[in-house]
Amino acid sequence: MTTRLATGGRLLDRGRSVSFTFNGKRLSGVEGDTLASALLANGQMLMGRSFKYHRPRGVVASGAEEPNALMNLGSGGRFEPNQRATTQELFDGLEAASQNHWPSLEFDIGAVNSHVSRFLPAGFYYKTFMAPRPAWKHVFEPFIRQSAGLGRAPKERDADVYEHAYLHVDVLVVGGGVAGLTAARAGGLSGASVLLVEQTGHWGGRAPVDGAEIDGQGAEDWIASAVTELEAMPNVRLQTRTMGAGVYDHGYALVYERLTDHLSDKTGPRHRLWKIRARHIVTATGAIERPLSFAANDLPGVMLASAVRDYVVNYGVSPGDRTVVVTNNDDAYRTALALKEAGLEVPAILDARLEATGALPEAARAAGIRVLTGRGIAKVKGRRAVEGVAICAQAGEGAVLEEIKCDAVAMSGGWSPVVHLWSHCGGKLNWDDAGAFFRPDPSRAPTGADGTAFVTVAGTANGHLLTAEAIADAHEAGKAAAKAAGHTATRKAAPKATSEVEAPMAPVWMMPQGAGAALRQKMWLDYQNDVKVSDVQLAAREGFESVEHTKRYTTLGMATDQGKLSNINGLAILAGSLNAAIPQVGTTTFRPPYTPISMGAIAGEARGELFQPLRRTPLHDWHEANGAVWEPVGAWRRPYTYRKPGEATEDAVAREITATRASLGLLDASTLGKILVKGPDAGRFLDMLYTNMMSSLAIGKCRYGLMCSENGFLMDDGVVARLSDDAFLCHTTTGGADRIHAHMEEWLQTEWWDWKVYTANLTEQYAQIAVVGPNARKVLDKLGGMDVSKETLPFMAWADGALAGHAVRVFRISFSGELSFEVAVKANEGRALWDKLLDAGAEFGATPYGTEGLHVLRAEKGFIMIGDETDGTVIPQDLGLGWAISKKKDDYIGKRAQERSHMTDPARWKLVGLETVDGTVLPDGAYAVGDGVNENGQRVTQGRVTSTYYSPTLARGIAMGLVLDGPDRMGEVIDFASLDGTGTVVKTKIVDPVFFDKAGEKQNV
Amino acid sequence: MKRYSAFAIAREALRNHTGWDRAWASPEPKKRYDVIIVGAGGHGLATAYYLGKNFGITNVAVLEKGWLGGGNTGRNTTIIRSNYLQDPSAAIYEKSRSLYETLSQDLNYNIMFSPRGVIMLAQTEHEVRGYKRTAHANALQGVKTEYITPKRVKELVPIIALDGPRYPVLGGLWQARGGTARHDAVAWGYARACSAMGMDIIQRCEVTGVTRDGGKVTGVTTTRGDIGCDKLGIVVAGHSGHLADMAGFRLPIESVALQALVSEPIKPCMDVVVMANTVHGYMSQSDKGEMVIGGGADGYNNYTQRGSFHHIEETVRALIETFPMISRLKMLRQWGGIVDMTGDRSPILSKTPVDGVFINCGWGTGGFKAIPGSGWAMAELMAKGTSPLADAFSLGRFREGRFIDESVAAGVAH
Ligand SMILES: Cc1cc2nc3c(=O)[nH]c(=O)nc-3n(C[C@H](O)[C@H](O)[C@H](O)COP(=O)(O)OP(=O)(O)OC[C@H]3O[C@@H](n4cnc5c(N)ncnc54)[C@H](O)[C@@H]3O)c2cc1C
Repeated sequence: MTTRLATGGRLLDRGRSVSFTFNGKRLSGVEGDTLASALLANGQMLMGRSFKYHRPRGVVASGAEEPNALMNLGSGGRFEPNQRATTQELFDGLEAASQNHWPSLEFDIGAVNSHVSRFLPAGFYYKTFMAPRPAWKHVFEPFIRQSAGLGRAPKERDADVYEHAYLHVDVLVVGGGVAGLTAARAGGLSGASVLLVEQTGHWGGRAPVDGAEIDGQGAEDWIASAVTELEAMPNVRLQTRTMGAGVYDHGYALVYERLTDHLSDKTGPRHRLWKIRARHIVTATGAIERPLSFAANDLPGVMLASAVRDYVVNYGVSPGDRTVVVTNNDDAYRTALALKEAGLEVPAILDARLEATGALPEAARAAGIRVLTGRGIAKVKGRRAVEGVAICAQAGEGAVLEEIKCDAVAMSGGWSPVVHLWSHCGGKLNWDDAGAFFRPDPSRAPTGADGTAFVTVAGTANGHLLTAEAIADAHEAGKAAAKAAGHTATRKAAPKATSEVEAPMAPVWMMPQGAGAALRQKMWLDYQNDVKVSDVQLAAREGFESVEHTKRYTTLGMATDQGKLSNINGLAILAGSLNAAIPQVGTTTFRPPYTPISMGAIAGEARGELFQPLRRTPLHDWHEANGAVWEPVGAWRRPYTYRKPGEATEDAVAREITATRASLGLLDASTLGKILVKGPDAGRFLDMLYTNMMSSLAIGKCRYGLMCSENGFLMDDGVVARLSDDAFLCHTTTGGADRIHAHMEEWLQTEWWDWKVYTANLTEQYAQIAVVGPNARKVLDKLGGMDVSKETLPFMAWADGALAGHAVRVFRISFSGELSFEVAVKANEGRALWDKLLDAGAEFGATPYGTEGLHVLRAEKGFIMIGDETDGTVIPQDLGLGWAISKKKDDYIGKRAQERSHMTDPARWKLVGLETVDGTVLPDGAYAVGDGVNENGQRVTQGRVTSTYYSPTLARGIAMGLVLDGPDRMGEVIDFASLDGTGTVVKTKIVDPVFFDKAGEKQNV
Repeated sequence: MKRYSAFAIAREALRNHTGWDRAWASPEPKKRYDVIIVGAGGHGLATAYYLGKNFGITNVAVLEKGWLGGGNTGRNTTIIRSNYLQDPSAAIYEKSRSLYETLSQDLNYNIMFSPRGVIMLAQTEHEVRGYKRTAHANALQGVKTEYITPKRVKELVPIIALDGPRYPVLGGLWQARGGTARHDAVAWGYARACSAMGMDIIQRCEVTGVTRDGGKVTGVTTTRGDIGCDKLGIVVAGHSGHLADMAGFRLPIESVALQALVSEPIKPCMDVVVMANTVHGYMSQSDKGEMVIGGGADGYNNYTQRGSFHHIEETVRALIETFPMISRLKMLRQWGGIVDMTGDRSPILSKTPVDGVFINCGWGTGGFKAIPGSGWAMAELMAKGTSPLADAFSLGRFREGRFIDESVAAGVAH
């Protein structure tokens, strides 16, 4: 039984008890516990169920590599699935629940999968469930989905907040073990700015548990003094509970800080995602112990030897009363000794090596522990927990020599350096025969823009398993990193450590070496995903020879731990099956993040109101207060219409249009893009940008211009005003402002970098109000201050002046066919001017109108709208806009494209007006059908609706559309298909696109 | 080829699964083949498969520089739909979708096609109009789609937040027969079937040159020796520019990295695929329980097949707005794939300036769904020199300006 020991637990504050719940049961732990250690202290070894077979599982590890002990944590808006019990610090009120079982952890129906597991080998689902065909969707898939999936889905909106932070440093050191501390110290002493991050809540990593001596001090004391020394350095910043998550190009690193996950008090941000730019990155991320592959190695009670040691030394928890240690290296003897020292029994150490003669084995023998060499575990006994082990010769096939009763097994298959961060950005690995692991190859490092390495690996992560070597290596790495960042390396000496000399380990990939099929089907490689030795061997037999194929076929290493325990063991089995050397088989790719990071942290503050912050015109609040029905347009929100109390949306739109045509309408046009183009070459530049000739535009005049893409398609339109000899103001569509500005800059910066032109996006500097309708001039005259008469300010002219005391620029342009002035004023005076216009316009029934009114007004006049009449396939010629294409210019963007054969083909879909025969409104997006079907069986079409509205002015439906040879077919009635599924058509007449005031008399008064 | 079935599994279970054959052979390259396909991604393998199945051409080699299915076929987010706007697109994607429906049975390999339905959300008036138009077009193209209300969206996707706050859901385009499939299985199923027809799939065999004689292809040079052929199909997605260069012509293609990620697995909470184009993100839940998420492509040309972060951030933001509950999930893994983008965002299936050389590329961010249809059309093109499904996608369209624009990217609302 697992339990709390009477003494020990270096991370505990035994005086402070902490209460928490597990599956609804109230339990108590101690300050300093992790959830896993607290559960063990409460005798709870069973912590979860595996993914595929729903096998009962206990905790195997003590850190980030844990595959089994995953929990549903918290509740409501603070619920979170799949949190590792081993890295979750205990706090008062913590609620944990085990996952992936039904009805309970102890009794799980899904465990039947385990009994039929021989029928469910790797990839079995590719070979079956194919008949009858509908059964996959309706029976098999839902069943598979329900039994997979681990934790519960959160239901509520996240109650926490998150933030992003940014830092530039010379050196980022990831990992706060003795190597990381040493590297940070060397970097700091060399004068580099250093950020040192450690994923757990404490410094020093494994050293205090493993017991090295550094600079004549015990590890614990040395760590304390090193931290004090670093804290005193102004150029060094230290952070715990902060994980190096990913390394990207050019020294960009993601660092994930957990601020409140370990606290009862959840105020403040939960996680902070740091975006670091480092000149150099040192990863001192240590190593992870490997399990051994023997039969039933997944029973609760079988743990990594290092984890057993951690639980005893760090948390004062016994993993069991009698622990058998099984190993292929000296390090695991430390676990046996630690258990012994804690007063627990170690019936035997099974060492797969033929001899064990080093200092540690001798110490174990001296402590009275039975050491059996050349031995391994044939099988762990027990059904839901360890009850004993059957011992065999490692070299044999598993004949049982002896059985030993025990309630825990501590296993060690050697260590694998943590090389993830090194590999994220392309660092390559070499196989190390002596240690049987991959280690970084410094000659194939991730390189920056200048071709030099920007990541160095230090300490155990670099393959130095002995403390003395790790520290020496890390000191050099810290110096080198500082040097790479432009500092002079410190001359101070490296800390000196002593550690026991260890005998070489012996690789053991299967235990026993000659295990038969029955045993191999019980040897787990990937605990969470239930991948066994037999599965990898099956994959190899079926030709999945690439390690990536094997991974994908068996799901090895694809679980939430991303194979931290299983990858190397699985690789070795694959290599063995293929008779290939391990390095020849290679590893799968390491991808960020190192361990999973919250989506909340990735999004940061940008949620709700701050997700794509809304751009507001100076009149936004007025609209809001006056019944605006909002429509998102680009980064803005514009009033679609203004509804009076009790008014229907369509009625509001009709009212606004009628009032504008009859008397006076007002439109907030502030969102329209306004880009200033200035410089001696401004005219020449605009001549290239627009299809029109802009350089010939007179100062004081406006011109409607079209912009095309390189491919010739119409991309934006708007009025250009010439302000002075060398300055033009280009209006763009609302959605187009940023894009068109970027388009201008792209051409200026990449093609015409020698032209003397500057651009500035002034969109938000001005409020712009369209004053529209027969009484427009009267209201401006009432405000007074400038002459806006026909003579002084004719159509398509602009003038600076004053209105009601505001400095304004008035453009005499019209998008409605009415007499219309667009009045630009400094943004902060926009609201005042708007109010004065409403006041002065009251006697004319001044009516603000929204985007829908704007659309209908322009459609009645046959004006095109970018995004309605255009869709990226339409050229100006299709829209009857040939008049806006200058014939006098040699070139403009899109000209060459428009000369291609399909573009000049006369048989194109072209702009026309459309009127249904019965006067109804044509359905939006409808197509005009032609005769028969094409070679692919699709109905032939001959046109489509581009805009369609009810026109209150004409009291009928009107539409614009593109129709094959349309302008030549005036009066013809064609069929538009409706979508009611009955194949009915809407009879529609082709007409002139200008529905109202064809002669243009109203706007020219 | 031994057939796969529940019975076969039961039989093998009794002998510890020692009797399974290799899924595909691992032959040495022969001196020459009638047809060589470069690239053992889904499109290359499907091309080979339909050459054999529809035209009896089986003296075929598929050459792959890495491991089969290891390119974008093994990296994509597996959305399958055919509700495209333009006629040629709808034709080939619908052909593809319908082939997917019976592909497991056809290949005797469960590719797990899951017709769970795909919703494309409309979150601006502009999108509403665009999707209504698509629904109209699809009705005439024989593609079953439906424009649905927000209420129906909510019924289909209970975890969605309909009302913004930034971009409320105004409606959606729903294709009930779209869905997902298991990407690796598609490659493996085709590979197994090709191998069973006697074709050679040769992995770790990089094509390094295209040999020609007077404007006609004669074979390829590879890292495993020279191999002759009568016809050559280049089907290498992000690496198309390189291969075209070897064959002596240029392509209107840019290669950029497209980013994707998955969350940790959770119990089923979303049964359909949702795409939110205004905010730029899409999500589905795999059969394992992971939320599979994709979004934007990097804004620069690139050949490194790895993840960058800024798009991940943008995508996750967008999806938390749409599905607030995912905020408390964790990202398990992110990656990138190099996608081949044409100017009109539509693929190229075409003859080339070199006699006997055919190219199939440009599927960009959306070609997984097209694998069976594309293979079908490419095989016909290579066998007969023309194919009604492929002809509109010829290289000539760029010279003529006959674009098949699906991006409708230039469209904006005032
Ligand atoms: C992140 C991401 C998400 C996506 N999501 C979707 C989605 O949801 N739905 C969808 O429909 N599509 C999606 N796609 C697109 C889809 O993946 C691709 O369009 C499709 O897989 C392309 O298949 P392919 O066979 O043409 O290319 P690939 O699978 O890339 O195959 C090309 C093969 O050619 C090989 N090759 C290259 N050069 C050589 C050479 N010189 N010699 C020999 N072999 C060579 C490569 O190694 C590779 O195996 C996504 C893509 C990505 C990257």
